[in-house]
Amino acid sequence: MRAHMPIREVLKRLYVSMLRVRLVEEKIAAVYAEQEMRCPVHLSVGQEAVAAGVSAALAPEDWALSGHRAHAHYLAKGGSLRAMIAELYGRVTGCCEGKGGSMHLVDTSAGFLGSVPIVGSTIPIAVGAALGARMRGEQRVTVAYFGEGATEEGVFHEALNYAVLRNLPVVFVCENNFFSVYSPLSVRQPEGREVWKFAEGYGIEAWKGDGNDAIGVYERTKAAVEKARRGSGPTFLEFVTYRWREHCGPNYDNDLGYRSTEEFEEWQRKDPIPRLEERLLADGAFTRVELDEMARAIETECDDAFRFAKTSPFPGPEKLWEHLYP
Amino acid sequence: MSRTLKFNEAIREALDLCMAKDPAVYVMGLGTPDPKGIFGTTLGLEEKYGADRVLDMPTAENGMTGIALGSALVGMRPVMTHQRMDFALLALEQIVNQAAKWHYMFAGAERCPMVIRLVIGRGWGQGPQHSQSLQAWFAHVPGLKVVMPATPYDAKGLLVAAIEDDGPVIYVEHRWLHNTFGLVPDGVYRVPLGTARVMREGRDMTIAAVSHMALEALQAADCLARAGIEAEVIDIRSLRPFDAPTILESVRKTGHVLVADTGWKTGGFASEVVALVAEQCFDRLKSPPRRLALVDVPTPSTPALARFCYPRAVDLVLAAGEVLGRRRQDLVLPEEPTTPLDVPDNRFTGPF
Repeated sequence: MRAHMPIREVLKRLYVSMLRVRLVEEKIAAVYAEQEMRCPVHLSVGQEAVAAGVSAALAPEDWALSGHRAHAHYLAKGGSLRAMIAELYGRVTGCCEGKGGSMHLVDTSAGFLGSVPIVGSTIPIAVGAALGARMRGEQRVTVAYFGEGATEEGVFHEALNYAVLRNLPVVFVCENNFFSVYSPLSVRQPEGREVWKFAEGYGIEAWKGDGNDAIGVYERTKAAVEKARRGSGPTFLEFVTYRWREHCGPNYDNDLGYRSTEEFEEWQRKDPIPRLEERLLADGAFTRVELDEMARAIETECDDAFRFAKTSPFPGPEKLWEHLYP
Repeated sequence: MSRTLKFNEAIREALDLCMAKDPAVYVMGLGTPDPKGIFGTTLGLEEKYGADRVLDMPTAENGMTGIALGSALVGMRPVMTHQRMDFALLALEQIVNQAAKWHYMFAGAERCPMVIRLVIGRGWGQGPQHSQSLQAWFAHVPGLKVVMPATPYDAKGLLVAAIEDDGPVIYVEHRWLHNTFGLVPDGVYRVPLGTARVMREGRDMTIAAVSHMALEALQAADCLARAGIEAEVIDIRSLRPFDAPTILESVRKTGHVLVADTGWKTGGFASEVVALVAEQCFDRLKSPPRRLALVDVPTPSTPALARFCYPRAVDLVLAAGEVLGRRRQDLVLPEEPTTPLDVPDNRFTGPF
């Protein structure tokens, strides 16, 4: 192993984290047609390396917020799998007791402060959490996850400006998957535009890299988190990646013609999971038997979570008015 | 002990006391620490509590509302101010989608204790985009609380209660009230959110009003009394939660109701009050309820046109007379103000 390679625990965490998201979401896709999950789902399949790499660089007490495609971010940060699946099934045991659905995930015990589907809206909220941590004298770092579409929202720019103005401990993580629903970047931003340069323009250290390289994501984020924690301000990380399945739902949608089969297949060849797997085996960090054991453990956890969700009760009518006001 | 304070001084005192007793409370807004101190409501706070708790901000209303919200989620208690409600429209996304719903949609996992002070007003040519009174929009949204103090006593007591509340509270203050005087106790006290107040008792009719219209209503009630009509004046104070029992009890007693609002008539809060009365005590009504509200046009700048937009005490007296079937010549009308109609008093010399 190269000298700067992460230690074995980190490699395992990256691998398990990605594989867990993959297996959970494949399972969601497999059962979605049963129509028991009665909420929109935005799957992260293909994009797992970003969430895995970022979260591995965070301390448990650090915070993260995200957008509509948040399953991976929530799970990688340590959000309860049972509570997430139950939420998708609309059960009272869900992380929002069924009030949020897939687009609203929360697990404050894991530092995941929330996800919302209004594009870009959690970026200023994450900056606010970072401001709050500063005001309270806490050493926490906050991550704002968003897609490249959010860089077209006003609050993205407002939040970046304030983060650099106040030198706040926040890491902006942009997953650039080229599409806002079905609208390609070419109809949304001028040709040749690099979204990370927005951040650079604001005076924030910014970097663009391979979002399907879990180790690379981890190392880059780790540097940004350490920088934020020592009071040296925000960093912007753009990770290029690709959503395999449809914008919203369990299926593939290449038949719609908004992207080419060639492009899709090219990105499937860049699948971050086998890529890390090959690395782990080639470096001798783990054996095939060990990796298979990890997969089996995830499958067991996954089966348990789905069983838990499907056998959990729905919220009763008394829940309708609960939590309207604290 | 109570002493006479101005409305803006009462707000300032509430902020001061809350900041003194809770280090989580901070104030934020464009111009908060500037020499004018948000119409005098934040003067001296920066000197006392420092620049870390009295924050100016970029002109980025939506983003900064999200930032205030984020800080609230992790334990702070921001008090944000917009010097015109119109500017807060840029922040509706964060207020309505996020702040109002955060606690509910995450099933109580987090709280967002934050106060958003919105200044409304009238006159001096504020015009179409500096004079809107859109409290009905905010009151429409479950998860928000909306209050509109009309007296210095309530300005302080409602603000303390709003700051101590664990959810988002919209606090709407009328520019024309800032220089009004009233008795204000020293020390911390609270006016519970969700309570109306009977300002003047009467048996003949009910006038329910919000914000500055409550003062117009008191003036109207004086005139009506001189014509032998005893009007009960209710300061609604809190639009959400709304104190329906106090209004309904009064209407059941009097059988007549006028509702005076600073906002537009169509779809406004006065309509909500009238609807409630119609639903809950229709059989006790002796006349159709009436709304007196802002005329349904964008408010023009010129005083020559703006004067037609705002209902005043004289309009309330005339409407009361119609409701009770009195002849106009039997009514006592308020004296026409000696100051122009576009200023609250003769000390006000603009620009805002």
